[in-house]
Amino acid sequence: MTPLLDVRGLTVRFRMPGGREVAAVTDVSFELREGECLALIGESGCGKSVLASALLGLLPGNAVASGRALLGGGLDLTAADERVLARTVRGRRVGLVPQSPSAHLTPVRTVRSHLRETLRELTGRRGGEEAAAARASFPADHLDRYPHQLSGGLAQRAATALALVGDAPLLLADEPTTGLDRELVERTADELRRHVDAGHALLMITHDLAAAERIADRVAVMYAGRIVELADAARFFGSPGPRHPYARGLLDALPERSFTPIPGMPPELDALPPGCAFAARCPSATDACAAVPAFDGTVACHHAPEASRA
Amino acid sequence: MLELRGITAGYDRRAPVVRDVSLTLAAGESVGLLGPSGCGKSTLARVAALLHRPDAGTVVVDGTEARGWRHRAPRAQRTAFGVVFQQPRLSADPRLRLRDLIAEPLRATGAPDGIGELATAVGLSDDLLARRPHQVSDGQLQRACLARALALRPRWLVCDEMTAMLDASTTAALVSVVEDYRRENGAGLLAVGHDPVLLGRWCDRVVRWTDLAPGSGPTGGGQAGRGM
Ligand code: SF4
Repeated sequence: MTPLLDVRGLTVRFRMPGGREVAAVTDVSFELREGECLALIGESGCGKSVLASALLGLLPGNAVASGRALLGGGLDLTAADERVLARTVRGRRVGLVPQSPSAHLTPVRTVRSHLRETLRELTGRRGGEEAAAARASFPADHLDRYPHQLSGGLAQRAATALALVGDAPLLLADEPTTGLDRELVERTADELRRHVDAGHALLMITHDLAAAERIADRVAVMYAGRIVELADAARFFGSPGPRHPYARGLLDALPERSFTPIPGMPPELDALPPGCAFAARCPSATDACAAVPAFDGTVACHHAPEASRA
Repeated sequence: MLELRGITAGYDRRAPVVRDVSLTLAAGESVGLLGPSGCGKSTLARVAALLHRPDAGTVVVDGTEARGWRHRAPRAQRTAFGVVFQQPRLSADPRLRLRDLIAEPLRATGAPDGIGELATAVGLSDDLLARRPHQVSDGQLQRACLARALALRPRWLVCDEMTAMLDASTTAALVSVVEDYRRENGAGLLAVGHDPVLLGRWCDRVVRWTDLAPGSGPTGGGQAGRGM
């Protein structure tokens, strides 16, 4: 079966004034299937939001992308022109569940009015606001409220309802749980999972490991613009655990684990060191790490433990 | 000791978000204040740090009752507090280099310029110190905001959702800076947040907003549990 989204060797560079170049995304490859959730995790500035922009065709003018991101085996999202993306892709084939939904909604319009316009635009139909709201568990008796009258959880549901209107097979959620309370994080994650179980493919970009653990089938860990580990979520969060030293450090930093930070900070994307970008912070680094470790489809590290069959 | 007695506060006298709340922190103690967003816990934290005048109630800081708020607070009381908020971008002057941002409170009080140690403690390199807020990540800017909060060696730290936007490693790093500082200086801490696991691991004790303020609380929270 062709994967719904097939990303191969995706690389994004930003040209900055003064000839500086920012290596935002480097040689990223992964696949995503229907009914599957892949969580892309990493700290802010690791390139994960740029990756999302690339998949939506929303890169700024000074960005240069190479590689491919095939949607449904055909359209290359990195090469499609803006008219095609606006008319046939965004909302229709790729639905975006935005970060900070209240900022995404227009303050002077009610939720009903948002849904009405999106329905007309994407389906040509009039009406159906109640049904569209219900798909994201947005209560019908709140349809006539304005964004500022909604709690954080309801604003999130309103934004999700809008993302679902076009029945896009691929959903892309950008930090959907940032700033939400733990309870609300869990509810949001569970609701997104429901859409995955209904057949959507979901790429969730997040730094919230608890949300990723709750919802994801697979996890991709990004560091300094590269995917350094791609793993089954149950094995990653449970046993045998992550194989890449950065991913191990990230999990160990959790307050429910050892609560120990990884020393230092990630390198700047416009001044990446030669060799493994994690070497300066890595407890396992050796001379071999002066060469960039290749990503073998599961991990990019010269000294990763063998994948056990546990 | 930091005592909050019978505090009622908010932004509209007819609808206070904090109603008759009392909380006492022993000297050097760390207390986590746990509650959902919008419940009023941040307002209480601002009152505790003398940044928001309550409608009723008293704040007693190490034995002295607070009589002024914000810039009207006596200097000795004002500088007893270091405060860090959730969103570093809202509390950092975008024109300042990180170095000057950290030194801001030192300049205002004419204290000797000693940001080198602070910058090292929060892990900021010379290169980062020379940048402005838009040139650094949220985590790096929050490190600078924490260094700024520690600049006047406060006896009390108030951290309001300090790590809510940050990844696990940066969260652990900032918490360990706070704890190192407290160990060396015997400072007390009020950490406001919504993550029970984090606050439980971080603080001596955790107080739930619902236990502290049965009468206060979120408005518009009635949608919980709707739908599926
Ligand atoms: S390649 Fe070397 S430096 Fe990089 S993560 Fe692996 S052991 Fe550490």
